[in-house]
Amino acid sequence: MTVKKPVLNPQILNHPPVEQTGVEERSVRFTKRSIKGPSKMQGLELVLSMIDLTTLEGKDTPGKVNQLCTKAKHLHDHIPGLPTVAAICVYPSMVSVAKKALEGTKINVASVATAFPSGQSSLRIKLADTRLAVEQGADEVDMVISRGKFHAGEYAYVFDEIAAVKAACDKARLKVILETGELGTLDQVRKASTIAIAAGADFIKTSTGKIQPAATLPVTLVMLETIRDHFQKTGKKVGMKPAGGISKSKLALHYLVMVKETLGDVWLDKHWFRFGASSLANDVLMQVAKEKAGNYQSPNYFSID
Amino acid sequence: MAKKKKWEYSPAPESKQPAAIAGRYALFINGKWQKPSSGTYFNSINPATEEKLSEIATANETDVNKAVQAAKQAYEKYWKKISPTERGKYIFRIARIMQERARELAVTETLDGGKPIRESRDFDIPTAANHFFYYAGWADKLDFAFPNKKANSLGVAGQITPWNFPLLMAAWKIAPALATGNTVVLKPAETTSLTTLKLAEIIQEAELPPGVVNIITGDGQTGAWLTKHNDVNKIAFTGSTEVGKIIQHTLAGSQKKLTLELGGKGANIIFEDAPIDQAVEGVVNGIFFNQGHVCCAGSRLYVQESIAKKFIQKLKDRIGTLLVGDPMDKNTDIGAINSAQQLKTIQAYIKIGKAEGATFFETDCVLPKKGFFCRPTLFTNVAQSNRIAKEEIFGPVLSILTFRTDDEVIEKANNSPYGLSAGIWTDKGARIFNLSKRIRAGVIWANTYHLFDPTSPFGGYKESGFGREGGLQGLHPYVQLS
Amino acid sequence: MTQQSRLAIWKTYKIYIGGQFPRTESGRSYAIKNSVGKTIANACQSSRKDVRDAVSAARSAWGGWNNRSGFNRGQILYRIAEMLEGRKKQLKDELMAQGYTATVATREINLSIDRLIYYAGWCDKYQALFSSVNPVASAHYNFSVPESMGVVGMLAPTNAPLLGVISLMAPCIAGGNTCLILADQEKPLAAVSFAEVLHSADVPNGVVNILTGYQQELTDWISTHMDINAIVCFDQEKPDWQKIQENGAGHVKRMFRWNTQQLLRAGGQSPYLIMDLQEIKTTWHPIQTIAGSGGAY
Repeated sequence: MTVKKPVLNPQILNHPPVEQTGVEERSVRFTKRSIKGPSKMQGLELVLSMIDLTTLEGKDTPGKVNQLCTKAKHLHDHIPGLPTVAAICVYPSMVSVAKKALEGTKINVASVATAFPSGQSSLRIKLADTRLAVEQGADEVDMVISRGKFHAGEYAYVFDEIAAVKAACDKARLKVILETGELGTLDQVRKASTIAIAAGADFIKTSTGKIQPAATLPVTLVMLETIRDHFQKTGKKVGMKPAGGISKSKLALHYLVMVKETLGDVWLDKHWFRFGASSLANDVLMQVAKEKAGNYQSPNYFSID
Repeated sequence: MAKKKKWEYSPAPESKQPAAIAGRYALFINGKWQKPSSGTYFNSINPATEEKLSEIATANETDVNKAVQAAKQAYEKYWKKISPTERGKYIFRIARIMQERARELAVTETLDGGKPIRESRDFDIPTAANHFFYYAGWADKLDFAFPNKKANSLGVAGQITPWNFPLLMAAWKIAPALATGNTVVLKPAETTSLTTLKLAEIIQEAELPPGVVNIITGDGQTGAWLTKHNDVNKIAFTGSTEVGKIIQHTLAGSQKKLTLELGGKGANIIFEDAPIDQAVEGVVNGIFFNQGHVCCAGSRLYVQESIAKKFIQKLKDRIGTLLVGDPMDKNTDIGAINSAQQLKTIQAYIKIGKAEGATFFETDCVLPKKGFFCRPTLFTNVAQSNRIAKEEIFGPVLSILTFRTDDEVIEKANNSPYGLSAGIWTDKGARIFNLSKRIRAGVIWANTYHLFDPTSPFGGYKESGFGREGGLQGLHPYVQLS
Repeated sequence: MTQQSRLAIWKTYKIYIGGQFPRTESGRSYAIKNSVGKTIANACQSSRKDVRDAVSAARSAWGGWNNRSGFNRGQILYRIAEMLEGRKKQLKDELMAQGYTATVATREINLSIDRLIYYAGWCDKYQALFSSVNPVASAHYNFSVPESMGVVGMLAPTNAPLLGVISLMAPCIAGGNTCLILADQEKPLAAVSFAEVLHSADVPNGVVNILTGYQQELTDWISTHMDINAIVCFDQEKPDWQKIQENGAGHVKRMFRWNTQQLLRAGGQSPYLIMDLQEIKTTWHPIQTIAGSGGAY
């Protein structure tokens, strides 16, 4: 059976302009929501369930990845009934280690691919990188777009690359990292989001976490609005993942408010929203502990893996 | 697998305690709290709960005269003579103390008037304090404000403020008056006197000489006596066009200077190349901010026909997320309507809109059982000749019309006896500068709405009033140039 | 131990660069004596490297300071005044130790505080006076606005240890510039104490930098520094104005020599001093001419 290869329809590049101050004002408004009591507890647990616990360092070893997976399975055993994180995110070389460590759990293994983080390589190598991750057992693939090609105006190239990676993913879900910190303006973020969604992304993701700025509320809002328009036009949902720079529970709750009020309650689920974070989990655990115990906690009591 | 519970916001109530509202307030005349001559008081209630908050004094003609005389004496004896630098420092003190007592003022404003605590806290109170900061700085710089002219103070300014932004409007009135060397007698709106009375406490705390600012509470009659008083040199009024016309008529033949800031029917114009999602926010902000109790509200939405369907759908989806309820809840988006009277007016217009054949839509939020509340309301298929497109409703009700071309919408936007504000949403700079030039309104917001700043002059064309408040131009109404 | 026999802790007078109080990198000092010749402090004899570091700090700080709203700059200047008011006694003692009478010292401090308040009030107002929308003959919206110059080198006058520094600094930073101020060589102590006031008043690091030292040694380095956009001094015998002008010509530095007699007294303040240190930016944008039908408009 021949599957028709997707082609970039240039029409989609005519998206509405984005007014930056307006986006920033709306973003600030989300931070004014006061999340207290049972609402806070439920929100914190939602956040935990949406975290992709991440290690993406040159010095990663099986030892490190195993310890991270243990943390994923045992966030804080002192508090019973906590959800697990959604996934572990590692380099392709560490996927098999993670897969083995997480056997029997519902925690997914996500792998970065396509010459992460820069994406400066040939299509051949990027597809091989993707296939490696998938063969090793990755449930999800986080790819990077070619920002250089994007800025050079070669949108069809960017599109084709994403579509090819999507095909190579087979059953794995594809997250497309736009690296919003390199795109320049919110209009560019909208454009890149539109291209990624059209090319078959299951998720669009803000950042690699390797440069500043990483995820911000305004950038996330623009991406959610793009997802919303796509959903209203086609009935198809696309997930969203802000990554990098979210280390505090309060900020994570602001993001949940944003998702709720922009897309709706159905989207507040790990299938459609993730946090790419490493230290967020412990801050959330400390907040959960405070809500239960009634006093402020200390980092000493929460394991750092 | 258990069904997931929907994530709702728990109530986040602000505490009433910081408000410290007294059971009864007298009149603030000549630096002292004085009982009203008639001995009568009226109740001020919380429009969200209909509970009594306090008792407010009714100033009669004798009290009005006492206050004006105090202001006149203070002008002659102190305020005219104090060095401008020192005058500025007094005003800086007022600003500082307002910042320090911000929470008390914000909670009071919400309890008294029904606006959400988030708005009092984040907008009304800080902007009011900043207005005093701004004009404090002008006190000793008036020689630079009017090329080739000396700016002289007028004497006693009689000022009447409305109930939609009680403390902010008091700041807009008092700050420039004091900075330019005038003394003040101010009458706040009867449904919302409390924050102005607290401002009197602050003025006392700042040790302003007695009589420089006098606050007399009461009803329309109190205001009328103030406008008629012979020793008042200038009248400044913010309120309905109807009353503004009465005041202008009263002043005919007198030497009193006058500024009026009256009603409006702002046109918010969305072109097809607008930043759509941000424009939706701008429209929502334009009509639902402060429950629509805003003179410059974007109460007429003109959306270019080619994008009308999509835009209106996005608008409906967005307003579905607005939370109407207890103004003291930090999550409330739309608070209480200011009074039973105003709610009646709004409901009457909704009836008229339906009768005129416009298509009615309101969100399905649950309203509190007590208090005066109204759901966010849209009317589509509105025509230029409908009453709901012409008359000021002053509530959370938006009339939506379509247009095709620039010249058509310019004409329609201008086709009104009002001329206070307009919004323009487009990606094209050249269009912004064109519409800004041709729309006959005093405040034009391009790709934004409801932005205010002490440095930015505000005021209307036509029946929206005359005179400007804020900025360099805001000094002009309070001086005589020689 | 009685009250009289308690040993006082003497203050070390350092310089102020990038929000920190380092000693001069050269390690040199010079003695500051009181009216009867007793050494009351060792001031830093700053070097060209301190000048270099101060300019670097001022440049880093400039973008952020320039981007703040006029309102925000005004609030900070007002806060400086608040902090100075709280330190009146300390500064009075220092000025008197350097030979001023109580009356003159008090007057100088009060004038200085009021001058700060004056310029605080201008921060969000001078723009309204000195900008314009220009009625060009073509269908264009054309507007001119003042913009800060950047980093300003400022040389304090003699005989106004506190007022001189404030008269330089206030109009400079009110307009969004950052600066490096070389204090009066003979009486630098009030300038250093003023730096402490700045530091406690939310002034961002690097917006104001204060050096003490020998004017003759440092003026050349300041006037030839290519990353200082403007230089301001007073019309006194020193520094050598001719030399400063010649030095700056090589990179088109803006030069200002302010009037000592006018400025160092009550009322010696004006928005025109803010405007001395402003450029003017003019922008054009088309107006697409489409009129509403009906009416001459």
